[in-house]
Amino acid sequence: MSARAGNHKGPLLEVRDLHAGVAEVEILKGLDLTVNLGEVHAIMGPNGSGKSTLANVLAGKPEYKVTAGEVIYEGSNLLKLTPDRRALDGIFLAFQYPVELPGVREREFMKTALDAIREHRGLEKLSVREFNKLFQEKIAQMEMSPDLVKRSVNEGFSGGEKKRNEILQLAVLEPKLALLDETDSGLDIDALKIVADGVNKLRGPSRAIVIVTHYQRILDYIKPDFVHVLIDGRIVRSGGPELALELEAKGYEWIKEAVESGERLSV
Amino acid sequence: MTTPTKTKVISRKTTDLDTDYKWGFVTDIESDLAPKGLNEEIIRLIVAKKNEPEWMLEWRLRAYRHWMKLNYEEPKWAKIHHPPIDFQDIYYYASPIKEKSPGSLDEVDPELVEAFNKLGIPIEEQKKLSGVAVDAVFDSVSIATTYKKTLEELGIIFCSVSEAVQKHPELIKKYLGSVVPYTDNFYASLNAAVFSDGTFAYIPPGVRCPMELMTYFRMNTEGTGQFERTLIIADEGSYVSYLEGCTAPMRKSNQLHAAVVELIALDNAEIKYSTLQNWYPGDKEGKGGVFNFVTKRGKAAGVNSKISWTQVETGSAITWKYPSVILQGDNSVGEFYSVALVNNYQQADTGTKMIHIGKDTKSTIVAKGISAGHGQNTYRGLVKIMPSATNARNFTRCDSLLIGDKCGAHTVPYIEVRNPTAQMEHEATTSKVSDDQLFYCMQRGISEEDAQHMIINGFCRGIFKELPFEFAMEASQLLKVSLEGAVG
Repeated sequence: MSARAGNHKGPLLEVRDLHAGVAEVEILKGLDLTVNLGEVHAIMGPNGSGKSTLANVLAGKPEYKVTAGEVIYEGSNLLKLTPDRRALDGIFLAFQYPVELPGVREREFMKTALDAIREHRGLEKLSVREFNKLFQEKIAQMEMSPDLVKRSVNEGFSGGEKKRNEILQLAVLEPKLALLDETDSGLDIDALKIVADGVNKLRGPSRAIVIVTHYQRILDYIKPDFVHVLIDGRIVRSGGPELALELEAKGYEWIKEAVESGERLSV
Repeated sequence: MTTPTKTKVISRKTTDLDTDYKWGFVTDIESDLAPKGLNEEIIRLIVAKKNEPEWMLEWRLRAYRHWMKLNYEEPKWAKIHHPPIDFQDIYYYASPIKEKSPGSLDEVDPELVEAFNKLGIPIEEQKKLSGVAVDAVFDSVSIATTYKKTLEELGIIFCSVSEAVQKHPELIKKYLGSVVPYTDNFYASLNAAVFSDGTFAYIPPGVRCPMELMTYFRMNTEGTGQFERTLIIADEGSYVSYLEGCTAPMRKSNQLHAAVVELIALDNAEIKYSTLQNWYPGDKEGKGGVFNFVTKRGKAAGVNSKISWTQVETGSAITWKYPSVILQGDNSVGEFYSVALVNNYQQADTGTKMIHIGKDTKSTIVAKGISAGHGQNTYRGLVKIMPSATNARNFTRCDSLLIGDKCGAHTVPYIEVRNPTAQMEHEATTSKVSDDQLFYCMQRGISEEDAQHMIINGFCRGIFKELPFEFAMEASQLLKVSLEGAVG
């Protein structure tokens, strides 16, 4: 077990006054967010509000630069860690645009990742047989084709398959903090249900899930505990699931106007 | 006549060289060196040392005289650059001092055995466990051939070329120089004149060689040129898979390696030839390293014959080689699968020639070039369809992968079609290991180095699957080691 795992008290993730951007352009302008184990948070916002930036900054994508504020994960400074170290510590990002790795077999990719993560957690590596069994179970659960294991990661996948593959990887790696970046976009309703089922199975006291989305639709299937509205790089309003429905009915303009008129609510 | 000098070669500490090359040890073995330089006397000395018959001397002298006519004019068409080579400043013969060839491993100098252990080729282990017959060529002289007995029972001859010259002169006379004549090119002429040893294999009709045959080449003595000669003959209906691996100690000076390999496949025979080339590539500034100027050619002489080259080229300061196939027999097949990697200041100009002569002949070329650091990587290939080659087919695929922005990848495919029934396909791609790919892997908990290794292995997958399993593992490790420090 790594030193911090398990014995940390307090929130899993605390984001305080985070300012970050890419190529000198500030996108996040003082964002605050607290996430505890066992919780599901939805972060909603219009295009360009900074949703994906938040997900990428938390995962440590190199071109995103943090200019102010702090991110505390399990009681320590997350921002000084490399992306692979963050992943080993339990942060998983389901990519909005999953990347193709030509010639790299999905099975080999996942086995390498799981081996690294299990080693970091002080667990034995799975044998090839144990891993194959686990992987096939998860593939069946995501209703994906068993020949996936032999395909190259994301190569020639349809948009929907790529998104499903992200959730498959999430299910295999069992992180503590799962960040879902627009996982619902590009999914038809059947695929959305499968993805939501996959995510719901992972809900539990030892995990937190943060869903970044433009649309309320996915929240019909994954009930969030908290909904946050992100506008222009800040969380301007937080509430329960009802906030998502209100947004769906009234649109983001309503919140923008409310914010501009000085009204600011938070939980 | 020149007298050979017997020198105890003092091991040079190589810690002053800034490099990660892991095969850079020098073995302290007494070495029998002929004086530097090349003249007819040296050739006579080599012939005398090896107790070769008169016809070999004549052949070598003809080659030497042809080479002299070339007036030190090396081929200039490849995209490689190097300072002029002083061909008179090279040792053309260096042999570990033991005169009589060992009858068993027990007779081999223990330091040599240790050297092979360092190379990860424990001959003893290989012999017992893996069923690979190993011939080891150390500074141009063949040291030990394992598994000889098992092979002999099947009528397979697997020995050093020197031994074959003594014991099987009829095969040597018939085939040596029959695919690569001594007039073929500058380095082939030089090789014919001075080669001191190499591997010979003959598979009799109808025999499927039950194990991989393997040669491990090692350059040890400083300032030696290594000129080995390999000749493999697969008689009618036979099959053989042959592997070669090469390493050399780290040296500040360049070492010349000019080998010739000839393959002959008769009717319905198949030869699969795999190479893992890891000669010392030079240091990070491009100092030192092996000049690997090699001529490899196979003749698919018989009907339905097949010759398949697979190479993984990670070493050498300069690689200049074009393993080729002459598709002479009707319905014969030629294949070339290659991964060539350059890092730091390495240069590779490599590819193949597929010469279609017979009807219904078919060739496949898959070449993968990986360039990192300041490395320059050129694929150069020729597909030639002769008027007689009705219904010939070729498929060529060249992929280049770039790491960093200081390296280069070049593709020079020549296609010459002289029969209108030919079908030719050519595909080429160039790509980079992208930051997005690295980030994606790292986000799953995979270290940057492992991620890079995984992506590059993926790029090479089509080639590695052509290698025997253990060799594929070694190839993958070799790529990893060769690219250390190339990330970022």
